Amino acid sequence: MSVSWLVVAVVGVATVVFKAAGPVLVGRRELPPRLQALVELLAPVMLTSLVVTQTFGGDEEIRVDARVVGLAAAFVALRLRAHIIVAMVVAAATTALIRLVA
Amino acid sequence: MEARAQPPRIRDGVRAGLPLAPSPILFGLSFGVLADASGFGSPAAVVMSATTFAGAAQFAAISVLGAGGTVTAAILAAVFLNARYVAISMTVAGVFPGGRARRLVESQAIVDESWALSGRRGRFEWPILVGAGLLFYVLWVGSTAVGTLVGGVLDNPNAIGLDAAFAALFLALALPYLRDRRSREAAALAAVITLALTPFTPAGVPIVAASAACLVGLRR
Repeated sequence: MSVSWLVVAVVGVATVVFKAAGPVLVGRRELPPRLQALVELLAPVMLTSLVVTQTFGGDEEIRVDARVVGLAAAFVALRLRAHIIVAMVVAAATTALIRLVA
Repeated sequence: MEARAQPPRIRDGVRAGLPLAPSPILFGLSFGVLADASGFGSPAAVVMSATTFAGAAQFAAISVLGAGGTVTAAILAAVFLNARYVAISMTVAGVFPGGRARRLVESQAIVDESWALSGRRGRFEWPILVGAGLLFYVLWVGSTAVGTLVGGVLDNPNAIGLDAAFAALFLALALPYLRDRRSREAAALAAVITLALTPFTPAGVPIVAASAACLVGLRR
């Protein structure tokens, strides 16, 4: 529980500072272009790593299991312009079904 | 620019945000459910929605903790994800009126969606950003609270594919970023780093290490 609160506190403070960085701290100045390029890549990089971890991550091992099929189903759903929540349900249902049968 | 008869007001921002309302509601619900089901704790989940108010980072934090990662890894993953708000807030730095305290409070209305809405008329409009952000904030925190009531009911979350739902969520959030070549290269490198480190490091470490992939942004 205390672990959760530590995360809440640190991430909360950091995010408040990030959002205020432009309007409060910096005014109208701009980020140096190289730093800007770096910051812009953080989101896609971190999200991709989370996809990989959530799909293949095990207890210090790579595991290929029903989650891969679930993710593939979600990808198809997203390509068919499904809402994110729908894609999540598709992934969960597909994975659960395979686990039930296997 | 001055020619416009009626500059937008906060309530115009709220109205502009309404069509997107299902998103924070469904997202907030699922954050509450996932947070509670993965043992994060209901009060912490609601307070996090109220203070962090940024979906992807919140999901990242509970995902890392849920996988047995350390608190440091969970914090770094979420903080790195939210670092993009430095760049985003720079783009609207000049549009906030008032003193520093007021700007500090109102800048918290910046989320991806309110920011995007506020710039749709070719320049950033502060009332739209704050109005839409306010609407999303109320919906996000409220639906998180409702979601936590449901989460505890789930007995074995992974039996119903909760882990795969997380994967799908992050995929859906990542896809819009992967439209240009540089982002795809960085993402591919991040995937390789993550896979390479997973068998050898504790949970969460591969995600934090993968942040190094954004260094490809320094290449000309």
